[in-house]
Parts: sequence; C-alpha cells; structure tokens
Amino acid sequence: MKFSLEWLKYFLDTDAAVEDVATTLNAIGIEVEGIDDPAEKLDGFRVAEVLTAKKHPDADKLQVLTIDAGQGEPLQVVCGAPNARAGMKGVLGLPGAEVPANGMKLKKSAIRGVESNGMMCSVRELELGDEHDGIIELPENAPVGTSFAEYHNASPVFDVAITPNRPDCMGVYGIARDLAAAGLGTFKPIEPGAIDAKGACPVEIRTDDPEGCPAFYGRVVKGVDNTVSSPDWMQKRLIATGQRPINAIVDITNYLMLAFGRPAHAYDLAKLSGPVVARRAKDGEKVEALNEKTYTLDSSMTVIADDNGVHDIAGIMGGEHSGVQPETTDVLLEIAYFNPEAIGVTGRKLGLASDARTRFERGVDPAFLDDGLAILTSLIQRVCGGEASEVVRAGSPPSEPKVVRFDPALTAKLGGVEVDEAEQKRVLESLDFTVDAAWNVTCPLRRHDIEGPADLVEEVVRIHGLDNVESVALPRVDGVARPTATPQQQIERKLRRAAAASGLNEAVTWSFLPTDQAEHFAALRQAQDEREALWVLDNPISEDMKAMRPSLIPGLLSAVKRNMDRGAESLRLFEIGRRYLRAKDGSSDEHPTLAVLLAGARTPRGWATGKAQMFDAFDAKGAAEALLAEAGAPVANLMVMGDAGPQFHPSQSGTLRLGPKNMLARFGALHPATLDAFDVDGPVVAVEIYLDAIPAKKGKQGFAKPHYAPPALQAVTRDFAFLVPADLPAGDLLRAVKGADKKNIVDARVFDVFAGQGVPEGKKSVAVEVTLQPGEKSFKDDELKAISDAVVAAAVKQGAELRG
Amino acid sequence: MHEIRKRHPKGWRFLFVPFKRSRIMSTEQENQVTQTLERLHQAASVSDVEAIRVEALGKQGWISQLMKTLGKMTAEERQTEAPRIQGIRARVADAIEDRKAALEAAELEARLATETLDLTLPAPDAPRGSVHPVSQMMDELAEIFADMGFSVATGPEIEDDWYNFTALNMPESHPARAMHDTFYFPDPAPKGGKMLLRTHTSPVQIRTMMRDGAPLRIIAPGRVYRSDSDATHTPMFHQVEGLVIDKGIHLGHLKWTLETFLKAFFETDDIVLRLRPSYFPFTEPSVEVDVGFAIVDGKRVLGGSGDAPGHAWMELLGSGMVNRRVIEFAGLDPDEWQGFAWGLGVDRLAMLKYGMDDLRAFFDGDARWLQHYGFSGLDQPTLSGGVGAKA
Repeated sequence: MKFSLEWLKYFLDTDAAVEDVATTLNAIGIEVEGIDDPAEKLDGFRVAEVLTAKKHPDADKLQVLTIDAGQGEPLQVVCGAPNARAGMKGVLGLPGAEVPANGMKLKKSAIRGVESNGMMCSVRELELGDEHDGIIELPENAPVGTSFAEYHNASPVFDVAITPNRPDCMGVYGIARDLAAAGLGTFKPIEPGAIDAKGACPVEIRTDDPEGCPAFYGRVVKGVDNTVSSPDWMQKRLIATGQRPINAIVDITNYLMLAFGRPAHAYDLAKLSGPVVARRAKDGEKVEALNEKTYTLDSSMTVIADDNGVHDIAGIMGGEHSGVQPETTDVLLEIAYFNPEAIGVTGRKLGLASDARTRFERGVDPAFLDDGLAILTSLIQRVCGGEASEVVRAGSPPSEPKVVRFDPALTAKLGGVEVDEAEQKRVLESLDFTVDAAWNVTCPLRRHDIEGPADLVEEVVRIHGLDNVESVALPRVDGVARPTATPQQQIERKLRRAAAASGLNEAVTWSFLPTDQAEHFAALRQAQDEREALWVLDNPISEDMKAMRPSLIPGLLSAVKRNMDRGAESLRLFEIGRRYLRAKDGSSDEHPTLAVLLAGARTPRGWATGKAQMFDAFDAKGAAEALLAEAGAPVANLMVMGDAGPQFHPSQSGTLRLGPKNMLARFGALHPATLDAFDVDGPVVAVEIYLDAIPAKKGKQGFAKPHYAPPALQAVTRDFAFLVPADLPAGDLLRAVKGADKKNIVDARVFDVFAGQGVPEGKKSVAVEVTLQPGEKSFKDDELKAISDAVVAAAVKQGAELRG
Repeated sequence: MHEIRKRHPKGWRFLFVPFKRSRIMSTEQENQVTQTLERLHQAASVSDVEAIRVEALGKQGWISQLMKTLGKMTAEERQTEAPRIQGIRARVADAIEDRKAALEAAELEARLATETLDLTLPAPDAPRGSVHPVSQMMDELAEIFADMGFSVATGPEIEDDWYNFTALNMPESHPARAMHDTFYFPDPAPKGGKMLLRTHTSPVQIRTMMRDGAPLRIIAPGRVYRSDSDATHTPMFHQVEGLVIDKGIHLGHLKWTLETFLKAFFETDDIVLRLRPSYFPFTEPSVEVDVGFAIVDGKRVLGGSGDAPGHAWMELLGSGMVNRRVIEFAGLDPDEWQGFAWGLGVDRLAMLKYGMDDLRAFFDGDARWLQHYGFSGLDQPTLSGGVGAKA
C-alpha cells in the first residue's frame, strides 16, 4: 500500500523526517518496501493543455497533438493514448527530461514522419501509480506551464506492506494511530460533523442475509453535480497511491477506503428500482462487474440486489450497470459490514481480487459504519452538493468487544523484555484498548487479530520496541553428547560423502517429472500398482513438472541430456532424495533413495590408454557394491538377480537382493529405448539404491569390534581352470567353489574368462584363483589335495569340468 | 650379512697380522695378491670379475690350492701360516665382492638412464566428485545446531492439508493461505481438504511435537514447494525449520539462538540482527529477522548494523513465539510449554555464503556448476575445523 507523507501528516501531527517515519514504521511492524521522492524525478515535466488533436496521417492508433506548455509557441507532439483529446490537461515531458519509469531520455524526434517535441505521460510512466490505460488527465484548473513537480506538490511516497492481521492499517488513518502510539507525533482523530439530513431515505434498505451481511447502512443524496472533478488535494493523494481519478463520487469512495480502510459503494439511484436488499445470490445468477467481466454466482454468495437483479458482489466489486457516472444526479450510498470469511470464500470461488475484498475479508472496523457514512456524505456534499436523506440502518454490526484477561508479567515471560506496567498500560491505551485496574483489557472492535494475551504482548513489545529484547543464551541441555542425527540420516550423509569422494558429482533435481516419464519409471515389478499410485498435481506450474518422481533416474537422465547438449563427454552424477509412492491407505510413502548415473566415457582417449573407454554395466555394479558397503549392507551376501525393470537393458542389468524379496539396488545399462525417449546418446549406466531397504544392524550398537588376530600363517592360493556351459553365471560357479570347504577357503575370484579358439562351442573357460587360509598348522599335501578335490567336485555339480 | 661385509671389509684386520717367518713363497703370494687386486681394478664387467674369482677362489684357484697346503703343515707352522693365508683369501674375496658391487651399481645406473619417462605427460585422471552446496549447507546447519542441542527431524513432503495449514492456525478461510501458492493433488486428505506439497517445513513442528512431546529442540531441513518461478523463486526450494519447546523460553532466547547460529555459520562475531514485528498465523508474537550487511566488491557481506553508513538490512527469516493454538493442536498444554520457531531459506543462505547468483542453477545439474560450487566429499563440516569450507 502506498501513501504520501503529506497525507500521513493530515492525520498525524509530526515534524519527523522521512527517514524517521520509515524507521518507526519498520519498528512497529509496518514494513517499508520503498520510499519514492517524485520531486527529483519530475524535473522537466510540465502541466500542459492539449489544444488540438488530429489523426496521424500514417498510423491508425496515433494522434498528432498541439500542446500549450506555457512556452508561447504551441508544440507538436505525437501521442498514442486513446484518451488524448483537445481541451484536456495533462503532463508533458519536454525533450531532455528522463521518464521515471524506464529511464528513457526524451528528445525531439520524428514518429512515422511526424515531428514530436516530447511526450504526454501516463501515471505509470511518471511512477505515480500502475495506471497505463491512457495519459494523465489533470483538472481543468491546473495551471498550464507550471512544473508538474510543483503542481503536484510532490510529497515523498511510502510503499508499505501491511500484514494480513492488520486491516485497520489498510488506511492512512490507522497507520497514523500506530505511529502516534510509538511516539512519532500526535494522532489527529477525525470528528465527522453532523450531516444536515432532510427527510427519510426514499429507498427501502434491508438485509435478508444477516449471516453474510449483518449490517447494511445507507442513505440517498439527491441533486449532486458529479461532472465536477474531485478536489486537487484528493486527486494528488489518490495519484500518490496509484489510483487514477475517475469522477468525483467514485474518487470520494476510493478516498474513504484508502484513508480509513473503509470500502463503501455508491449506486446511481436512477438505475435502481424497488427495495435494495442484501441477500444470497441465486444459483446461476449473473452480474457484470465494474471490471466489465460477467460473473456467475451461487447461493453461498452475498449480493446487493434490487427488483431487477444484482448490483454488487457484496464486499468485492460493484456492478457495471448501476455504477456512478458523471451525469448521475442522485446516489444511494452503501456502507455495510460483511462476514469476512464469506467474502474470502466468494472471492476465491470467483477468482476475483479487489481492494475492497482485501479489506473486508481481513475485517473492517465494525464501529466505523456511521462515521464512515458521515464522512462520505459530507465529502460528497462539499464537492458535488446535493441533499442528503436520513440514514437507514438495516441490521447491526458486531458490537460486543473482546475482553482479554492480561497479566503484564507475560510480557517478560514471552517477549523477553521488561516493560513497566505503566508503560504497558500507556501503549495499550494509545492503541484504543481500555485497561481496568484488574488488567482486564477491552479490545477495540477493529482489532480482529487480538485473540489472547500473547497478542497483547506483541502490541506492547512492538510499540515499546523489539530493539529492547536482549539475547539470552538457551540453557545447555544435559546429555547433548548423543548423536542428533538418526541412523537413516547418518547413512545418507555418509553415502553422500563416499559418493563424492569416489568421483561422483551430487546434483539436486526437481521432485516433479512429466507424467509420461513418471509412468515409464514407475513400472517396476508391480508395474500396474505403482503406476496407478503416482502422485499427479492438480495445478502444476507446467506439464513438465506434473507428477512426483517414482525414481531418481529420469531427473538425472535429463541432467545428463542437458550436460551432453553443452558438450560434456563424460558424466558421473548422483543424487540422494526421495521417491514418492503411495501407501496402501493412500498416504504418502516417501523412500530415501540414492541414484548414480554414469554416462559416456569412463576414461577419455589418452596417450597411455588409447581409445576412450565407455562406461559399462560393471561400472554400475561396482558403484552399487561400494556404496552399499559404505551403508553397512552385507555386500558379500547379496545375490545378483534379474528384473531391474523395463527401463534397463534386458541382458545388461540386474538387481542386488538380500533374499529374493528384499531388493537393495538395481543397476546396469539403460535400455536404448529409454535413452531414445530422453534423446541421450549412450552408453548410460545407472544405479538406484533403496536406502530404506538396507537392513539396520541388529542389537545395540557399540563402538568395540569383534576380536580379531591376524592368522600367523600365510594364505596360499591355487588356480583352477574350468570349462563350463556358456550360459552358466560365473557367480554361481564362484559361490559353489567358495562353499566347497567353508573352513579353509576364504576367497575365490575369477581372473580369466575366455571363449573361442580352443574352447568347445557352447562352453567358456573360467579361471578361478582360490585363497586358502591355514589355521594353526600349514597345509599338508594330502590336505591340499582334499581341498582341491572338493573344489573340483563342487564345480562339476554346476556343470563344470576341470581343464587339462 | 652380505651387505655388512661389503661395507666393512674385515680383511683389513688381517693385514696387520705380524709376520713371523718370511719365505720366498710368501713374497710370491703377495705379488699374486697385488696382481689380482690390480686386475680387479681393471675389470670392466661383472663377468671379468667372475673370471678373476674363479682363478683365485674357484675349486682350482690358487688361493684354494694355498688353503689346501695348510693341511700338510705342522701345527706350529699352521699357527703362523693359517692367519696369513686366510688373510690373503679374505683380502681377495672382499676385493672381488667390492668390485662386483661397484660394477653392478654402475650397470644399474646405466640401465636406468635409458628408462626415462616424460613426467610432464598427464597421469591417469582421477575423477573429482563433489557435494552439492545445498547438502553442504544442511550438514553445516546440523553441526552448528547439534552443538546447541538440536536434533534433526524430518516429515513427508506430500502433506495433509491439516498439518500444513490447519494445525498451524491457518483454517481453510484464512487469508494467509492465499500467500502460499500451494500445489495440490486431487486426492482427499484424511483430515480434510486435499493432499498437497508442503509449502514450508513447519508441518514437521506439528508431527514432531505430536510424536515426541516436550521439551524439544529440533531443526527440520528439507524440500518445500510453492507455485512460483522466476530468477529468485523456484517451484521447489529448501528450508530449515527450527523449533524449541520448553519452559520459560522467550524472544530473547530466539534472538540469541539465531545470532549464535549466524556467527558460527559465517564465522564472524560481527553479526547484527534487527527484529521487526511481523505476522505469521503460527507464531505470536511474530518477528521478521533482518541482518545488517554491506556491499563489498559487488557482493553482499554480512556484518555491522544495517543502519551504519554503507550498510543496509536484509530480510533473513520469519520467526516468533509458537502460537498457543499450535501447541494445543499438537496435543501439548500451552500453559505449561512455550517456545519459538523459525523458518529459513537454505538456498538463499547458500547463495549469500558461497556467492552464487542464480537460484535456478541449483537444480540444473550442470556438471561444471556442480564442480565449481560443490564441495569435496571430505569437506565435512566440523566444529573443530570450522563448519564452512573456505574458497
């Protein structure tokens, strides 16, 4: 919200400088987002009159104006504003002036072949507001040729953010009251004078919806002259807030809202017929609002209507049909109290925002209906004349003030600052609270935000000054030596650092995916179930960010794609984050997951290594095993199985499982179709580790490790070469060999795999080095032979034969 | 043993054995020794030395023959001759050994000289990994707050409307809800309304209070979501929530906690905070916390009062004393327990500390960016080493 210093001073007697006002505003919770001093920026702009306006010979939307800017000779200016017309007064920027909104320096130029000596400016161009529908229209009596800064009496303008709990500060008057309480000056309360009312209100006013509209006050003013402009002082204040003057009566209702936070509405009486009633809309009832859009209403919404239909979406926006025009002579003024929640619901349903809604849904002052109507009436009479009727009061606004039992000691207990009781009382009273001897605090009706004692502490502390709150150390907690991270968090931290230390770069990618990618990657074992279980947003920011990821691989694969498009030849990315699935009961089932993507070259071409070597499925397997080992998984017991999912190469991928059901990871080369879908050139290999599937260590964890003494005798190795069926997994052979003599065989590893010349068709040769660890005594020859025989026998069971 | 003998030829000892009987034989033998030593000196290769060794010490070698004469001597003769002959043998054997070692060393040297490597050629690449700045930041936060007794709590990102709004004192019609730009799912939430993506980490407050009761000190870092996208806003970002629930906790403790955290985080004592009254439905009183900074070399550097010349205030976070309704919603007695909470944008804080200027780059996965702004896996934040990794 914007307001000028001049306006503030109308309600606050103060000599404070701009900076002091800003500092105090911030200190009491009215955040200053900007201060504008228009005088500096308005240098070179003058009040000017349009003498003539003709169509531009070569452009439909342009006009050629002659303008009197008080320089003797009229100036020719080309202008595109639809409202530019002969006889109007506006603001001319002369060559040399700089347009405040965009910094453009004006100069003499030719526009479509017609000379132009400056620019007629809009409100927005002069940074006086947001209005940009046309050029500024000044009142007829604006003195041509004077500097606009001087004419405008440009006063510094504050742009402040009002928190939603303080609708009473959505008017300058309320801000002045808060500033006065904080010691910045003396508040000047308004005393609305008595209105000389003549006769009863000729219109019947009712509220048939006391829930939505508890109070509807109104009166008629007849014989107004609305062809006059609103007064200068008012226009300047309105312009400073960014509000374009429209016509006197509309300006006055806007002024009431911006000064006192009190929206009101004026109807052209001639457009109304019969009683004017606050009621619920009928389902499907339509109204064209002042923004020229038509809204379809329902029976939850309160409207103001007459015999012919709806004239106002109550508290949100008036109707186009009965709006006040310059030629209007009789007006019905409405000042009502609407249910704040109902206004919010209606506004959201209609998707309609307005200054009035903002104030009504946060809560206007229920005690300001009569005063507001009196101020409105007297301003209209001052500007437009006319004869006012008596006030009709239908219903009544809430009038029971809230009383809070307050303990002033709470200010120190909650606010951490000692404020003596007299000062606390002074602060509360300066904000219109009344405090009795027993500290029963009666709240002004406008303070809807006060719910209990904590809110009063806030009032005292913010006015007294949060600067006075001193830091106090939190007491040290006993026993903080225990770890503050859970085992799951520690696994994640450890893996993150292990992965980074092994040469992988951690990425953080979006939790959302395009739906088709999410569906493709959801297809794991229980393909159908999981696809159905995807979380898909109702209101995504774009189609690319619509479904919650069921896998981390697609996000990383998109990152790979972007990197490759930038020329990267080798990528090692990982991410630790959640996959979003769905539990059986429909609740969110989020799984901590680590994914690794290796793309392109493992080793670039090199002087020592020759051609580039590309990543393959074994790189993925190695990464999976190394990271699982860091996470404390029993890697030696893991089985390599199939079923990595359709996103993977069907014969170059696998899963690592602890028992057939518990999958700890999947790994392998990605399916060429997957790469095609992402438009990525292969090879790309991937790992996905399911961190919550890694079994927790059993029992109570201590620091001590089981006893170990390195064996005294050296281990010995024996090599075996087997011919096995070509499709026998080497892992099966190894497991059999290791199991042949569990006491003595401590390791077995494959050191050669060969097929081709010398090996029969359908067979391969697998060479295994077996490590034997003697215990107390060295192996004797017959013992070694027995072990060898056992190894061979175990291998034979797998279909192997010992090579000669 | 072999090594020692080479360096300390014990033969020298025998050179000074007194000479009791002089014989022509002995002179001849001395000449032969001299000659042998001379030839050894001339020997150009290990094989030359070997030939000399065979001539002298081989089975038929003259020293071996000489040794055999000892057997035929009288005991008396042997007493003087044996040391002398053994002396000869030792002198020659040691000389052979020395010469052989010298020649071997020279040969090795010559061979190594031909094995030159161009060590300016590159070694095999060791790929350099990195930890994302957001993760680094989370670890730094956890470390600093662990020292103040805070544990790390988590909660779901796909949340129930009730935890995200209602329990935080934002009933359905509350105007503050509109400020949250919430992403919704079509799925109805068990406690009313729809399922949504959490708009802040605050629901973790409720869940943790409900689960663990009081007293409580937690931070809750994690992803949060709002339907907003431009240079300074992304639809997904990171927050860290802080919550203290205890007895006798007030705004002064909040101020101290945030000051202590920021001092540790930026490793400077020159942190000046400004508390401004604000409004959040879940805290009362509510305060916005600003921190003073100056622009140095085009970058924001924290320190000093924002009111000092050349300085300004920057909005850092929202916080306040937990609203008693929130404490009630979480099932605790607000007359017994009170405390404070805050919510801080992690990404923005990372940008401030480590100097990134575009938030969107955080989530792009550009390997160049990750390597530049990322951290070594071994840069684990520690209290002893300083939680921040220095550039």
